[in-house]
This record gives sequence, C-alpha cells and structure tokens, in this order.
Amino acid sequence: MFRFFLRRLAVLIPTFIGVSIIAFAFIRILPGDPVMLMSGERVMSPERHQELTHLLGFDRPLWIQYVDYLGGVVTGDFGNSIVTKRPVLNDFLTLFPATLELSICAIIIAILIGVPLGILAAVKRGSWLDQSVMGFALVGYSMPIFWWGLLLIIFFSGVLQWTPVSGRISLLYYFPPVTGFMLIDSLLSGQEGAFTSAVSHLVLPTVVLATIPLAVIARQTRSAMLEVLGEDYVRTARAKGLPPRRVIGLHALRNALIPVITTIGLQVGVLLAGAILTETIFSWPGIGKWMVDSVFKRDYTVVQGGLLLIAGIIMIVNLIVDMLYGLVNPRIRH
Amino acid sequence: MATTNTKDQNAAIGLEGGTLIATSRRARLAEFWYYFRQNRGAVIGLAVFVIIVAIAVLAPLIAPHGPSLQNRGAFLLPPVWEDGGRWEFVLGTDAVGRDILSRLIYGARFSLFIGVVVVSLAVTVGIFVGLMAGYFRGAVDTAVMRMMDIILAFPSLLLALVLVAILGPGLTNAMIAIALVQQPHYVRLTRAAVMAEKGRDYVTAARVAGAGNLRLMFKTILPNCTAPLIVQAALSFSTAILDAAALGFLGMGAQPPTPEWGTMLAEAREFILRAWWVVTFPGIAILVTVLAINLMGDGLRDALDPKLKRS
Repeated sequence: MFRFFLRRLAVLIPTFIGVSIIAFAFIRILPGDPVMLMSGERVMSPERHQELTHLLGFDRPLWIQYVDYLGGVVTGDFGNSIVTKRPVLNDFLTLFPATLELSICAIIIAILIGVPLGILAAVKRGSWLDQSVMGFALVGYSMPIFWWGLLLIIFFSGVLQWTPVSGRISLLYYFPPVTGFMLIDSLLSGQEGAFTSAVSHLVLPTVVLATIPLAVIARQTRSAMLEVLGEDYVRTARAKGLPPRRVIGLHALRNALIPVITTIGLQVGVLLAGAILTETIFSWPGIGKWMVDSVFKRDYTVVQGGLLLIAGIIMIVNLIVDMLYGLVNPRIRH
Repeated sequence: MATTNTKDQNAAIGLEGGTLIATSRRARLAEFWYYFRQNRGAVIGLAVFVIIVAIAVLAPLIAPHGPSLQNRGAFLLPPVWEDGGRWEFVLGTDAVGRDILSRLIYGARFSLFIGVVVVSLAVTVGIFVGLMAGYFRGAVDTAVMRMMDIILAFPSLLLALVLVAILGPGLTNAMIAIALVQQPHYVRLTRAAVMAEKGRDYVTAARVAGAGNLRLMFKTILPNCTAPLIVQAALSFSTAILDAAALGFLGMGAQPPTPEWGTMLAEAREFILRAWWVVTFPGIAILVTVLAINLMGDGLRDALDPKLKRS
C-alpha cells in the first residue's frame, strides 16, 4: 500500500510543477506591463520604471523568477494581492471555509439522495420509478446551474419569501469566526436565531451546487448496481434464500459502491467549478467568487495563487480517492 | 481485344467492390439506426435537435422581430398569457424593449455554432495529439500525457475563465478556451483506442504490406477508433454550449447585445425579482438544447457500444 502511495505521489509532483509553471506563465503572457500592474502607479518616469522593475525582480531571467516564485509557494508565500495588498494565502484561508462548508453540504445531499435513488432505479429496472429517476438525473446533468439558481431565487426568495437572496448569515448577527463554518459558529455563538438564519442562507446554494453531482452519482450508482446484480455471487446469495434486502444491502451494494466512491471523488472538481457560478449568483463569500472578482479586477497574483491552490486541492483529493480505492479494491494496487 | 477484356473485367470487379462497400456501409448504418431507435429518449432528443437546427437556419424567416430591435414603449412587457402581454411579443420583452422570442430564435444560431466550432477544434487537435502519443509511445507519450494531466488538474470552467481573461472577453476567445480545456478528453480516448488497436493483426498486415507510419495512423488505425470519439463528441457538444453560456453569464463570453443565451441571462439578472420571464426563457432554451443533445448522446453510446448491444 505504501509503495502504491509513493508511486502515485511520484506522478503528482511533476504534475504540480507543471501546474505551477502554467500559473506562473499566465501572468507573463498577459497584455500590458506587469510592473505597472503590480505597482499600481499609472504615470512614472523611465527611471522610476527601471527602479521598480529591479525592485519587483522583473529584470532577472525568467527561470530565476520562476524558481523564486516556486520557492515562495513551497514555504506558503503566494505573493500579495495587487488590489488589497494582503497576502494571497491569508485571503484564501479566510474564504476557503465558506466554500468548503457549501461543498460539504452539497456533496452530503448528493450522496444521501443520489445513492438510494440509484439503488432503487437499478432494483426496479425498467419500472416507471427507474424511468423517472433517470429522467430527473438527465435533466439535472443537463442543467445550466447558474439559471437554476436564479429560478430558485425567483421562486423561494421572490414569490414565497422563504429564503434570503445572498450572503451567509443575516446582518443582525455578528460573532467572531471560530471554525469558519457558519453552521457551527452560529451554534457556538449561542445567539438565538443565528443558526436558523445560517441554514436559510445555505439551503438554496447547496441545492444548486448539489444538482449535478446528485445526477452523476444517481446514474453511476444505478449502472454499478445493475452490473453487480448480474454477478454469480448475487445469484448464489439469492439461491441460498437470503432476503432481498440482505442480498441488495450487503452483497450487491458493497461491491457496487467501489466505482461510486471514485465518482464521488471526481465530483470535487465539479464542485469547485460549480462554486464559481453558485457563489457568484448567491454572493457567497468563498473562493469561487473571489476568483471571479479577481479575474475582473485583473488581480493577477490572486488569480495565479488561486489557480495553484485550487489545482493543488483537487490533486490531493484525487490522491486520497486513489488511496481509498486501493484500500477497498486491492486488485488495482498492482 | 484481350486488353479490353481485362479492362472490362477490372471495371466489373471495381464496380462490384464499390457496391459491396456501399451495401456494407448501408447495412452498418441500418444496424446503427436499429439500435439507436430502441432508445426512445434518443429519438426524442434527435427530433428536438433537428427542430432546433431548423429554427437556427430559418431564424430570419421565422423570428417576428429583429434580435436587436428596441421597441420604445414596450419595455419589460410580460408574455402574452399574463396581464398586459401583447400578441406582438409572445414571450414578452426585455428591459430595452427587445422581443425575447426573436432573441431566443437567433440565439439558437450562436449555441449551435459554439458547439460545432468547439467540438471540431477539440476533436481535430485531440485526435492528432492522441494518435501521436498512442502510436509512438515513449517520450512523446509521456510528455503529452503529463501535459494533459496538468490541464485536467484545473476545474475546466475556472481554466477557461482565466484563459478568456488573458485572451480578452468575447465569443471567439471563449470558444478557443473551451476547446482547449476539452481536448484532453479526446487525447486520452484516442490514445487508449490506438494502443488497443496497434497490436492487432490487421495493423501488422498493413505494415508488412509496406504502409508507412502516416498511413497506418490515419487510414488503418483511426477509422477503428471512432466509436468512443463520436460519443464523446456528442457529450462535449452539450458541455461546450453549457460552458459558453456560463462564460457569457459571467460576462466573459459573447458580449451584449449578442443574443447568446448565457449573455441574455447575465443582462436579465438585475430584473429577476421584477420580471421573471427575462430570466426564465433563455434558461429553458439552454436546458432543452443540452438535454436533447445528451439524450442523443446516450442513444449513440448504446448503439455504438458493442458490449451493451449484446446484453
């Protein structure tokens, strides 16, 4: 198992270096003068320009600049934002819990609904239930989630006035962040109504973000389940006279879940991409909105650092999923 | 006399060979259609898709108004079945008095155009690179696959967003960016298929017969790798439309006043609580188009995947 881990890690490191080269290269191929952008000074004499170029290190060979940047990255220094002048990593760490909270809630919903629906559809193959589950899954899979979010706002915030339109919690409540997760912090604060407010802010974004993973998980669970239900050991279990519930729940499901775990792991990228749209619609202060805002403000150190951090997270999660997969399915270790 | 005979014979054989190929192609097409037709959803998807194509082609003839024509005195009119709606503007008008139905009809052109351009770009580049990697293996393969791993490490929409920001917002750059983030899938699929086919006897036979690398790659191997690529093309056609609409929605795709559906949604955002129709209809257009293509994609997969045929 450890050797399997090392082998995966050996592939990961060159990929991460490649990712960092791309993120680094983006800021160099941009139109415009990086010195002007970085310094924020509009009118400058050639001497001042030269001085700043030297100060910011742009007069050094590219590869030295890159090694310097990579050295910073390894020690946690992603540079400072051009706009706010704050360290990129600090901003990321402040905003990431919001995205994480939203993503965790979304993936939990997607699993809790998607897996049982997929099992039901497979067990009742060909029935109206199967057809409607697969129909819904296909609609969910084809959904433009940015529009789906707007529709939910129109209905639940506009017509019914049940949920707020944006943000993480009502402005009535304030408490210092402890964990960064609003649900937990609002409970810890002990303020009456704070938790309810946090939940009501979270519901719609969670539903929007969960839509595509839910559809994918339901489809994958169904097809994995169908495959397993045709296996000999399931027939044996049935022939032994085990109750269907036990056959499906124990014998079939455990094996069907192996590919489903991989699918769930692969949803991390989907969630982070979905967070870009979801957070923009609901003004959710997470890293998705942060990236979009930075792209618009041309805050390239943030874009560069954000790309690297997000790609890094996806790669680490994929590694963990690979390990889990190796754990439940020893065959692929070799 | 003898020569003419040989010529005739050759011609006869040639003709027969031609007919044979034509029949087998027709038979394969018939077989494909037989399996495709089994999937009711796929047939519905195909029908809807054909209708959307027809709407896009006939847009100037069927649209009641021009897509950019602003009607003074008809701002934010509701659809015809609501109070205050007019038959002149069946689906209502937007904030500057443009007919929503006409804009949606013209918008179909953009969505299909985006799908075609993105898929063609991604398929061409992806197949070429994938063929190279799978055929030559070694250092080329390693370098290509590492590069693809790097692209796939980013969430595709985020990478496309940043690329468009660098290239400059607009439809053309959005299409290039989306094609770029989609082509690793084609590279991987082509490479895997080429590696599976390369060791087969017919390839060896062609090589022994003196076929060069290029001929082996493009004429011998490639035609036998197309099934997964066709399915992927259908799926990425719909992804391309969704991603382009998302970029348009974020303000980085087609720019106003282009009647692209995602851009229309972006313009409509500030009116969501006042005029539901400006938001609802462009989204339905996107959903229906994407759904139709995905239904077709499922049918294509069932019809082209030999493993599923037997079950």
